Amino acid sequence: MAIVRVTRRSFLVGSGLSIGGLALGLAPGLFADAAHAADFGPNALVHLAADGQVTIVCHRSEMGQGIRSSLPVLIADELGADLARVTVTQADGDARYGDQNTDGSSSIRAFYDDLRRAGATARTMLIAAAAARWKVKPGQCEAHDHAVHGPGGRSLAFGALVAAAAKLPVPAPAKVVLRPTRELPHARAGGAPVKMLDAPAIVVGAAPFAADLRLPDLLVAVIARPPVVGGKLTRLDAKPALAIPGVKQVIELPAPKPPWAYQPWGGVAVLADTTWAAMRGRAALDLVWEGGDGASYDSAAFRQELLASARAPGTALRTVGDVDGALAKATRVIEAEYHVPHLAHLTMEPPCAVARAGGGRCEIWASTQSPQDARAQAAESLGIAEDKVTVHVTFLGGGFGRKSKADFVAEAAILAQKAGVPVRVQWTREDDVRHDYYNTVSTQRLAAGLDAQGKVTAWLHRTAFPPIGATFTRDATRPGAGDLQQGVLDLALDVPNVRAEACEARAHVRIGWYRSVYNIFHAFAIGSFIDELAHARGTDPRDTWLELIGPARTVSLAQLGVAKLENYGASLDDHPVDAGRLRHVIERVTALASWSRRAQDERALGLAAHRSFLTYTGVVVSVVHDERRKLRVDEAWIVMDAGAIVNADRVSAQLQGAVAMGLSNALYGGVTMKGGVTEQSNFHDARIARIADVPRRLHVEFVESDGRPCGVGEPGVPPVGAAVANAVFALTGQRVREFPILPALA
Amino acid sequence: MSVTLRVNGTEHTLDVDPDMPLLWVLRDVLGLTGTKYGCGQALCGACTVHLDGHVVRSCVTPVRRARGGRVITIEGLSADGSHPLQRAWVDLGVPQCGFCQAGQIMTAAALLAATPKPTDDEIDASLAGNLCRCGTYPRIRAAVRTAAGLPPIASEDD
Repeated sequence: MAIVRVTRRSFLVGSGLSIGGLALGLAPGLFADAAHAADFGPNALVHLAADGQVTIVCHRSEMGQGIRSSLPVLIADELGADLARVTVTQADGDARYGDQNTDGSSSIRAFYDDLRRAGATARTMLIAAAAARWKVKPGQCEAHDHAVHGPGGRSLAFGALVAAAAKLPVPAPAKVVLRPTRELPHARAGGAPVKMLDAPAIVVGAAPFAADLRLPDLLVAVIARPPVVGGKLTRLDAKPALAIPGVKQVIELPAPKPPWAYQPWGGVAVLADTTWAAMRGRAALDLVWEGGDGASYDSAAFRQELLASARAPGTALRTVGDVDGALAKATRVIEAEYHVPHLAHLTMEPPCAVARAGGGRCEIWASTQSPQDARAQAAESLGIAEDKVTVHVTFLGGGFGRKSKADFVAEAAILAQKAGVPVRVQWTREDDVRHDYYNTVSTQRLAAGLDAQGKVTAWLHRTAFPPIGATFTRDATRPGAGDLQQGVLDLALDVPNVRAEACEARAHVRIGWYRSVYNIFHAFAIGSFIDELAHARGTDPRDTWLELIGPARTVSLAQLGVAKLENYGASLDDHPVDAGRLRHVIERVTALASWSRRAQDERALGLAAHRSFLTYTGVVVSVVHDERRKLRVDEAWIVMDAGAIVNADRVSAQLQGAVAMGLSNALYGGVTMKGGVTEQSNFHDARIARIADVPRRLHVEFVESDGRPCGVGEPGVPPVGAAVANAVFALTGQRVREFPILPALA
Repeated sequence: MSVTLRVNGTEHTLDVDPDMPLLWVLRDVLGLTGTKYGCGQALCGACTVHLDGHVVRSCVTPVRRARGGRVITIEGLSADGSHPLQRAWVDLGVPQCGFCQAGQIMTAAALLAATPKPTDDEIDASLAGNLCRCGTYPRIRAAVRTAAGLPPIASEDD
């Protein structure tokens, strides 16, 4: 064991990971919660072994966004490491890493400086060690290619400096100088390309997802859940299930109490030695459920409730000027109402977790976006302390927000404890479709007043949807400013009278975050309405967008008409509402798509743009009639300004994927409930885009920028829906104001 | 009842329910976890393997149908990840989350075995039953074309 100096501001060289090497604690400030600072144990993000091998911990979950090919590259670039000599390990759930909930498109934007500083601190110390050996000033040295280089062509490999560097005090964060972003070898737009780290394992089937873990004596659990959350079991005969060969146990799970939060849904688990036997056992259970919260929930009726809510005044959350007066004086008032149903996540990997419990401890392997929440919920469900629970994060077969919920992880923990053997909880696709935390359902009403010249003088936006807060507290019966910040409050508008209202809507199912969340339907309504205004006035849609956004400028809170803006947790100084950036992506994407030459008989273009997760995205899609006169998206262009980019190839992949998911939402999106029960069950009726739905010509660009990094995973999705609807209108003259768009046309 | 089949060149005689889908035999009995469960109803393609050279959805294929047959899974497509599709997949950075990719590659491998130079329409038709929620489709198309020795993106007049 090497030197151990475990204090907040000194080197952390401890057990396990860092034996014989040099480990670097995170710079104070990485963890916003000071209470965690004292927990700086042998934890480290950066570790150098005496042979020069660098190990970097990825503390965020990999679910397809390429984070394991991004965060470590940022650290390695600051360090000056050779990527071929870097190993990436995945962090367990532990508060000492700070926030690990991989959501909100936040992994890069929230950790950019701190992770760079972690790498730069190690570099600074390696340079100091080399400079001392050479008796030169550190300023005469630099680190690159896994070595420190000094005057006179001298150089020392990182490995040769590890022992000396480990003895040096850790410099204060303020003394650590980051490299200029444009000098990072890889982690910038235009940098050397970095291949996806895990692709070689994925293409041979060796990347481990939760269901791939094998433990001795493991049983597979498939759970019969009440069709309505909170439903009660009134009859259970397990004998037919236990008669199935391979079925070992039948275990009843505790019923949850509202609010649902991350509690397991309840039900009856069949445990068997194979997944097949467990599935057959579940089918053989003789059981009856009754009741449940929301057993009267009916999507068709609820749509009428939402419409009534959006037609009545709500709580004003954004006010500029006098909208009512301006509407009364308007020469012409344009109004439209938009509806987007619940959306199901449909991750290709249904939820899955493995647990073993005993001796007052529990060890879990889960495809979780939020290992700390998983740990907390498992501990609560087992009635043990969190530090008795270990959560290992596997690869996630998609997340999109579904796997930030810990319900399925806690199921595994409970069953492992009750069964006395390791248990894998395997959700079927039907379970996933019926027991999701759906994106919420919404109805919006927009109204604009036009003067005699057609200029927009008033803008009224009412939005009615049950907020996600309802999953955590029964008091949440209408959206708040934290919800409307997603596209409504932060919309740059050069209109003298603006009001946005939140309208009442109660939740009847579990709702939760879904890639881009409320931005999906807000961008759909706003993007469609601007297009409607353009056609009503006879002006070009692109020019109308630019006119309504107004000149390039930073829009202040007062100009937005809000007292404050949550702004995705970022400061307005770092990330103002920037009308110029929104204009720029519109100008660029329309130039790419040859917007001004768009008029063609069998083809029409639609445009939309949106700010979300601090990023600005513009989308144009082309819609055609195919040979069977069916509508099809045959080409799309997407331009994003997300500030500084870390891994351009993964960002490009995210944008391609965002267009596909946006098309899934718009073309097929939506699940519905009747009697509180989800009417869809699998991919035949809960559809997503297939290969032929995604255009062969899909053009992706992002704005090269040294600006502060913004979100990437989500912001590509929201504008797609309105772009499709606007193109459909341009081609057919039919305006569709709901998802799914194409069935609504039929 | 026992079932004998060859998986990736190795013969196995298994004491399993002959109705058990091949998927669960591969995953739970043989420990070949590269083949994935996504829907259980032949709706998503994540479980795609080759049976006697043909693409099958292993989630709805009872193992008795593989009796005496030759099964190839993603683990057996090549010894070392060197199949042209696997190389193209890595070179073009096709995977995102990766979960559906084994099924995509196995379907594409059968396509290329039968149609070495597929058109984009043939690629789309072949892969129509393989869903990807991350939206890797444009790169899948490009990787299939690359593995076939075609330029990654068709020119306008193709």
